Amino acid sequence: MSLACLSCLLSHWRYNPIQLVAYITGLALATGLWSGVQAINTEARASYAAAASMLGHGQFEQLVPQIGNTIKQQRYIDLRRSGWLVTPVIEGRFGDVRLLGIDLATSPINFLPNQGSAGPVMQSFFGSTVLFANAETAKKLDGLTKIIVDTSIMTGVAITDVGTAQRLLKRRDLTRLIIIPEQPLGRPDLLAVAPDLRLQSPNKSADIGELTDSFHFNLTTFGLLCFAVGLFIVHSTIGLAFEQRLGMMRTMRSLGVPLKALIILISTEMLLLASIGAGLGIFLGYFIAAALLPDVAATVQGLYGAEISGTLQFRQEWWLSGFIIAILGTTAALISRLIQVAKMPLLASVQPRAWAMNSSKRLRLLIIGSLILFSASILLSLTGKGLITSCAILACLLIGSALALPILVERTLIVFQRLSHAAVWEWFWADTRQQVPGLSLALMALLLAISANIGVTTMVSSFRLTFLAFLDQRLAPELFVQVDTQDKSIQLEKFLISAGVEILPLLSTQREFSGQSIELYGVRVGSTYRQNWAFLGAFPNAWNKVQAGHAIIVNEQLARRANLWLGDPIKLTPNLTLPIAAVVADYGNPLGQMIVAENKFKELYPDIYPQQFGIRTQDVTKMRSIITEALGITDSAMVNQTTIKTASVDVFERTFRVTAALNALTLIVAAFALWMSLLTLADLRVPQLAPVWTMGLTNWSLGKLEMLRSIMLAALVFFCAIPLGLIISWVLLNIVNTEAFGWRLPMFVFPYDYARLGLYTIIAAVLAAAWPVARITLTPPAKLLKVFANEH
Amino acid sequence: MNIKVFVLLCLCPFSVIAQGFSGLGTDAKEFAAPQPQYLFTFPKDHGAHSDYRIEWWYLTANLNGLDGTAYGLQWTLFRTALAAGEGEGWQSPQLWIGHAAVTSSDMHLATERFARGGIDQAGVQTAPFHAWIDEWSLKGSKFENLTLTANGPDFAYIMTLDATGPLVFHGTNGFSIKSAEGQASYYYSQPFFEINGIITLPTGQVPVTGNAWLDHEWSSQPLSKTQSGWDWFSLSFDNGSKLMGFQLRQKNNQAFTSATYIGSDGVIKTYEGGNFTAQPLKLTSVANRNIPIEWHIKLADQDIDLIVSALNPDAWMDLSIPYWEGPVILNGSHNGKGYLEMTGYE
Repeated sequence: MSLACLSCLLSHWRYNPIQLVAYITGLALATGLWSGVQAINTEARASYAAAASMLGHGQFEQLVPQIGNTIKQQRYIDLRRSGWLVTPVIEGRFGDVRLLGIDLATSPINFLPNQGSAGPVMQSFFGSTVLFANAETAKKLDGLTKIIVDTSIMTGVAITDVGTAQRLLKRRDLTRLIIIPEQPLGRPDLLAVAPDLRLQSPNKSADIGELTDSFHFNLTTFGLLCFAVGLFIVHSTIGLAFEQRLGMMRTMRSLGVPLKALIILISTEMLLLASIGAGLGIFLGYFIAAALLPDVAATVQGLYGAEISGTLQFRQEWWLSGFIIAILGTTAALISRLIQVAKMPLLASVQPRAWAMNSSKRLRLLIIGSLILFSASILLSLTGKGLITSCAILACLLIGSALALPILVERTLIVFQRLSHAAVWEWFWADTRQQVPGLSLALMALLLAISANIGVTTMVSSFRLTFLAFLDQRLAPELFVQVDTQDKSIQLEKFLISAGVEILPLLSTQREFSGQSIELYGVRVGSTYRQNWAFLGAFPNAWNKVQAGHAIIVNEQLARRANLWLGDPIKLTPNLTLPIAAVVADYGNPLGQMIVAENKFKELYPDIYPQQFGIRTQDVTKMRSIITEALGITDSAMVNQTTIKTASVDVFERTFRVTAALNALTLIVAAFALWMSLLTLADLRVPQLAPVWTMGLTNWSLGKLEMLRSIMLAALVFFCAIPLGLIISWVLLNIVNTEAFGWRLPMFVFPYDYARLGLYTIIAAVLAAAWPVARITLTPPAKLLKVFANEH
Repeated sequence: MNIKVFVLLCLCPFSVIAQGFSGLGTDAKEFAAPQPQYLFTFPKDHGAHSDYRIEWWYLTANLNGLDGTAYGLQWTLFRTALAAGEGEGWQSPQLWIGHAAVTSSDMHLATERFARGGIDQAGVQTAPFHAWIDEWSLKGSKFENLTLTANGPDFAYIMTLDATGPLVFHGTNGFSIKSAEGQASYYYSQPFFEINGIITLPTGQVPVTGNAWLDHEWSSQPLSKTQSGWDWFSLSFDNGSKLMGFQLRQKNNQAFTSATYIGSDGVIKTYEGGNFTAQPLKLTSVANRNIPIEWHIKLADQDIDLIVSALNPDAWMDLSIPYWEGPVILNGSHNGKGYLEMTGYE
């Protein structure tokens, strides 16, 4: 019997193949977008985790120089021979990759190249010029030296023996020392052995995962939105499939199919189909992720210096979560329908109609729900902190607005209805109102999609505007030169000063301030800095005070993290405390920064010499060749403003591409939801249209009105979405970004972009309505007349 | 797998202990090979011989606390080479390993260190004598008067050693044959150290005194391809005489044995080819292997016939290269104490 019943249920799809396609496609789209975004996030996190474990960051305590960026090798030996179990790490750029030299004999990190013939491979680790890198990185090193490919190594990093790294980097020093967790008894005080080093606890070094949280948070938000929209589709389709099959189910019950068996059969059928949809969605997600991953990788690398492998792996974390969520979502949508079937009176006649009844009780519930969610979002934004809270604020805002939408639409339609006098228009508004409950889920989905679009576009575009202006300020010197020896540094400065060129030497060191690693810069205060640096806040004559050595400038990241602002004292040494004269915006930099005058820096760190120079020149090409000829500085050590700017802007272009792609996809999914709802209604509405038709409105006129209704509703939703989108972007810019990046971006509005989005919304509405409208227009008179067949 | 085990398996001849010691029987290739009639010159030969593949300075001591509690102590510095000779800085092919342990009847604490050669993290100087790895050291103005230190996460010791007798050369004037095929090493000992100092244990500091035995041995191919491990005994009898004996176990269950008897009058007699025998009497499961912790030792020529039993059967060196090493008690024709090392038990 089960088989017969199942085939009976399944026959519905045979007659409604479009519904079947919609059901499966809806779930596939929802699962696809969600799992795609999750795949990207998972891949990124795996890359960060690999990086952290390989580099020893975040896992072990480390010793880093108090001053400068290098540790003498003798210091390593001193520490070991005093009983400090440390292991050396040297890091540097080799070609286009980050070269990491480690000592296998003392390293606590399990670095095992994935090689079958381990012996010879390991032999080659010591004392030869073999590097280990993944295939992607190996390509960049092609021809430079022998590479052994190891897939476990993160992209952009090559690993080798510390001695080999020293040879390749032409250095004899080390970068940092990792402290082995288990230390022997009787260890002397660190100060007694290595006064020039400081202890850096694992959680205080820059954690890439934390830094990139905001970026992944944005992606996750998109993923969730898409999923929510996708679930609306599923909800609609399930609703429709039930609605149309109520008669069949009643007949089956009348024929003796037990309720329990029917429920089991329907659940099996729907979940089976859902599994197919989810499965397809996972494949779709894989392709979405694979297409977007290179751009995401480039963005994250550009913003944070964190490298993500460009190749995607089919990881259980994302595909299984996508599958489970899809099934759970379907189950949730299914339950209310099954309850309906269970409660269905066996002998009552079936009255199919739009599934959501527009009862005042339901509206009241929606209003209460929406008010609660809005209050929660306000409360959270006043009291909460952190990314999770931001996520909760956004969720409350979005769901609250979605719940409020039907009421808002309903009220607006009432106003229109009152304003109209012609009978046709009164009917139009009343008929539209009657349809709102049926369309409300689709409209909510559209609202979410449009407002998310506006929110994210505003954030990214504000970021772009601010960043481009910031680049113009910061990249005032036309040429930047890097030197690696003190002699070269002195020569370059002398040479350029004698040639009458304005030169901006940059002194820098890493140090610790209130428990975090920061960069201290010494700058030559001059007209370039005075004219080009824009402050977020500054005392009058801030640069004069800095130049005189009486004040310090800090970047926004440091100011926010250490809770400092203008006038607050910064203790540089026990004897030197300087007040903050200005706070400078420093976008795209994860680290805290302090800036003092060149002379003050030299007093503090007499041994550090400038390794970077900014040069003001009209003719960059000529200046490059002069420097190369006069001092033998290679061309690769010089980089011009345009190159840096292009590289920086490129990062944002790639961010845009990711954003734009996700924006488009959400909108498509929302349009799909609308189409599904309209299609559902088109069939159900024949009884409602027939009387109007008999009164003289032609099919064609009815069709036009239907199209107009779709456009009008979309426009209404669009106007509701604008304020919501702006609020979302405000939350993203002021709460999420400040939390994760440590800087606050000014918010700009982009009316042109919103107008274009409005146009897309209308186009989406027209496309979504096209088929349903065509069906209404082409409804044969016989079908319309049949409505009256039972009337006497 | 721990990285160090991996490195050692790949690089170090010594490390092949974990693989049944057969690696010690691999060809010596470009390394120097021990030759008979070698003339030792000191202090040079107290130092490292980087042309040979493997070398160790191996100190074991039987100690007693003020309350008579028996303790054992081990301090070992291994040198193993990827290639013969030295190299500058990190290019050096030498790798150094340190092992330290303290044992009592109910406790065994052990730890290890690793260091690359060429960078001064570990090494051996001869005048004055100084062998070190990290902060562990064995040093003194003369080889006869040394101080010894080692620290682990849960124990430490600082000891003073004074030699009361001459160096003892094993085999034929220090040319110690290890197999019928002719594998050999250079091998001498200083078995006459009086030792005292302080051991720091989790329970506190313990002043101790006793006797120590230092071996210095180097070779390039100490085992033949058919050998799988060894059992090495350094025994001090109550009558003042001493015995060093070892057997290299063959894969065919035969053994190659060798011994050096050091009389209380200082007269030395060496034995090869089966005069010395060691029969396991009692096996105990230690670290999931069956380890003989009681032996029957015989050297008929010296009327030696005794039972050697472990002070602590659990003296398992659970390090990157695992083996058994601990103090033993002697009963039978001679009474006394000593040290036992057993390697290659799978």
